[in-house]
Amino acid sequence: MDKVERRKERIDRGIKVRTEGIYAVSSWQEVAYLVLPRLVLIVGLLLLPLIIPPLFGPYWKRVISYAAIYGLLALGFDFLAHFVGLVSLGGAFFIGVGGYTAAILNISLGLSPLFTIPMATVGGAIICTLLLLPALPLRGVYFAIVTLMYPLALMRIIEALNIFGGTDGILGVAGFPNTWIEQYLIILIVIFALFGLRRLVNEDIGLVFRGVKDNDQSVRASGLSITLYKAIAVFIASGLGCLGGAYLAHIYMWSGISQFALDFSVIPIAATVIGGGGTLVGPLLGCFFLVPISEWLRTFGTLRIVFYSVILMAFIMFRSEGVMVFAQRKYHQFQRWVKV
Amino acid sequence: MSGENILEVTDVCKSFGGVQALLNVSFTIQQGDVFGIIGPNGSGKTTLINCITGFIKMNSGKILYKGKDISYKAPNQIANLGLTRTFQIMRPYYSLPAYKNLIIPLFSPRARRKGGWRGGGKLGDRGTVSIDILEEIGFERDSFVPYKLASSLPTGYLKRLELARCLALRPDLILCDEVFSGLSMSEIASMVPLIEKLQMDGITLVMIEHRLRELFRVASRVMVLNFGEKLTEGIPEEVMQDERVKEAYLGSEKLLDYKFEA
Amino acid sequence: MDILIYGIINSFSLALMAIGFTLVYGISRLPNFAHGALYVITGFGVWWFVHKLHLNYLVSILLALALMGMIGAAIYRFILIRVRGMATSEIIATYALGLAILEFLRWGGFKGMTYTLPVFIEGSVNIGGVPVDFQRMMVIGIGIVVVSFMWLFTHFNRTGLALRGMAQDEHAAMMLGIDSDRMAVIAMAMGSILAGLSAIVLLPLGNIVVEAGYNVLILSIAVCIVGGLGSWVGAILAAFMIGFLQIITVAYIQSHFQMVVALLAIIVTLILRPSGFFGKQKELEERV
Repeated sequence: MDKVERRKERIDRGIKVRTEGIYAVSSWQEVAYLVLPRLVLIVGLLLLPLIIPPLFGPYWKRVISYAAIYGLLALGFDFLAHFVGLVSLGGAFFIGVGGYTAAILNISLGLSPLFTIPMATVGGAIICTLLLLPALPLRGVYFAIVTLMYPLALMRIIEALNIFGGTDGILGVAGFPNTWIEQYLIILIVIFALFGLRRLVNEDIGLVFRGVKDNDQSVRASGLSITLYKAIAVFIASGLGCLGGAYLAHIYMWSGISQFALDFSVIPIAATVIGGGGTLVGPLLGCFFLVPISEWLRTFGTLRIVFYSVILMAFIMFRSEGVMVFAQRKYHQFQRWVKV
Repeated sequence: MSGENILEVTDVCKSFGGVQALLNVSFTIQQGDVFGIIGPNGSGKTTLINCITGFIKMNSGKILYKGKDISYKAPNQIANLGLTRTFQIMRPYYSLPAYKNLIIPLFSPRARRKGGWRGGGKLGDRGTVSIDILEEIGFERDSFVPYKLASSLPTGYLKRLELARCLALRPDLILCDEVFSGLSMSEIASMVPLIEKLQMDGITLVMIEHRLRELFRVASRVMVLNFGEKLTEGIPEEVMQDERVKEAYLGSEKLLDYKFEA
Repeated sequence: MDILIYGIINSFSLALMAIGFTLVYGISRLPNFAHGALYVITGFGVWWFVHKLHLNYLVSILLALALMGMIGAAIYRFILIRVRGMATSEIIATYALGLAILEFLRWGGFKGMTYTLPVFIEGSVNIGGVPVDFQRMMVIGIGIVVVSFMWLFTHFNRTGLALRGMAQDEHAAMMLGIDSDRMAVIAMAMGSILAGLSAIVLLPLGNIVVEAGYNVLILSIAVCIVGGLGSWVGAILAAFMIGFLQIITVAYIQSHFQMVVALLAIIVTLILRPSGFFGKQKELEERV
């Protein structure tokens, strides 16, 4: 009995091919194919604050905002890791810098969140980029080391030197004038960040970032400074993180060293690996999945960090591509067994 | 066009641990020349290019480009001054179409400064400019070739893509690291006119080559490296008559006469 | 005078911590972010053997070290080998592992002041008017032993020479028949044992706390970067440099600045001499 050899073949779905050109707008089906996923995502996110609290209780309103903030970090991580080649092990660094900057601006200068948040975003991004600058011309592992170190070291330094409020943190930071603003502003920010980043990586400059990641010698030989483009990428990602941190400071109405906590470093990474690295939307959705679980697991103490770390490792070890990559592939292609 | 020294290399030395890769290599190139660098494998040719273009730091030596000292500058700075290089092991961006490979060099300060390709001025859509550059380098404009993924192009086209990458920077000098290697006879036949065209456009070429017959068709002067040292320099006919060169390539047992085609 | 003594002690402490990390990185280019976790787990392991299983102290130590070697080997063999070559994934994997271990220990109730290990020998001695207890002298003693062992091992023992070959040029070593994965397993095992050894010598000086895991990681990394990632000679020299700098800051500025010294050392090194002040220069040569 001959064994028939078969292999998997993946082909783009017909509708995907049809939607690649300008004629995509010629039929409702094709327009729907393109627009539907994005629409579902946006509408889903916008509806969350309306659906969740009545079902699960008012505590969960905050959780949505946390998930969104983590989402900003995850977007930054995915962007840096899969589009530029830099692994950032310290999301907590950005949150902490953003949070403290906003708190200080608020307390010392009396500025309202309307001003502190943008200022902390840009100012924090500048600070973070400058602090990370020494590692940028070097091999990737140095960037990972430095991002790992900064939150741990800064936490200990603030505690030891008792500056910026020391262990207690900075209290009395202003909150948002209205819970609806608090709820919806962050969701809108996240949506813009997602689609903005997606636009960015598809533009020409996205090609430069990818070159920096895959082929840096060629990029150098083409007259571009690797350090400059890495710095731009870090500025963008840290801006997102600092934005999240500033927002968080105003939600808590407080900023302290726990803003450098490990959750902020681990969850974005776990969300990216599980959600699908390189898709930008995968990590974001991963956060909306992991953060509620994290909150629910709070009763178990730091075991939850063990939980994500283990899942993270499992995904990496078994080379899983991530949920969204799998989903996108299914949406765009079908596979079948073909005789060899 | 010719006359000025565009590249002056003086006493370049480079050692890796115990291995002396380059020892006191010096030469000068005039603007508009086609200068060949030949030598057996391991003679330090690629190391020399890396030192000149800043990818490796020399231990000692001096490199002047158009009178400016570029000895220890970074690769991207050197490229922005107009001194470009190709890579022997080509590194296109495989997952991108051919023309998108050129978008990255178009971001460089030099490409932006030197302006568009049809007349001066700022660069318009980078995609269009890329297609223009590819046309200059021999990709048929209205065919599908510029849009094919770099991973599906044959070697000949990839070599041209490397040259195109350099051309995007509007260089004054291109260091070609073995452009003829890996090509079939017909591909070489179409490459030689391209080299001649580049020379006619005023670009100085430094070519590292193993395929001597093709090189001698285009090069006016040639330098021989052996074990990191410069053996000799001169016009191709003279260089190949030199006993030391023959010995370096072929060993001292057999001496062959090398016949020239005019 | 006391600066000299404390400086030497601190330097050897740092050297012991760092040498495990630099070994693994030097041989397999793996940054083992679980290094701090391995340190702490050895401490708790010994404590558990002594207090829960009531084993003899020395036996516990040896058992713990043997276990650490096996754990290190297992980490490579089962986890890291799958992500070998993908730099991003390697970093994330060891980081996640270290985090999982440390936070698990924290959850398991291992926090607070209740866990200590006894010192090896009680009492102290007077050197130049400075009282130095024997445990701290052990730090110096074991430090010297480890350094000499490392030197002898990598110069005269076949496996050690193979490890050194891998560290210098992986491809050349592989062409000579040295199995890169096997070397990596040995390197991880040795690195873990060294981490454990440093824990055993240093933990009796204080308490066993989970936070030490992160501190050790930061300090080891600082020492390794200043000394040049992968160069164990560099790590030892850098340990002395940072060790003395820390003691001097404690004496003249304020004891809280110790961490600042470590952080600044990393930043300054990366700006001025990224391949480390003492390491072999080859690290950052561009490859073409």
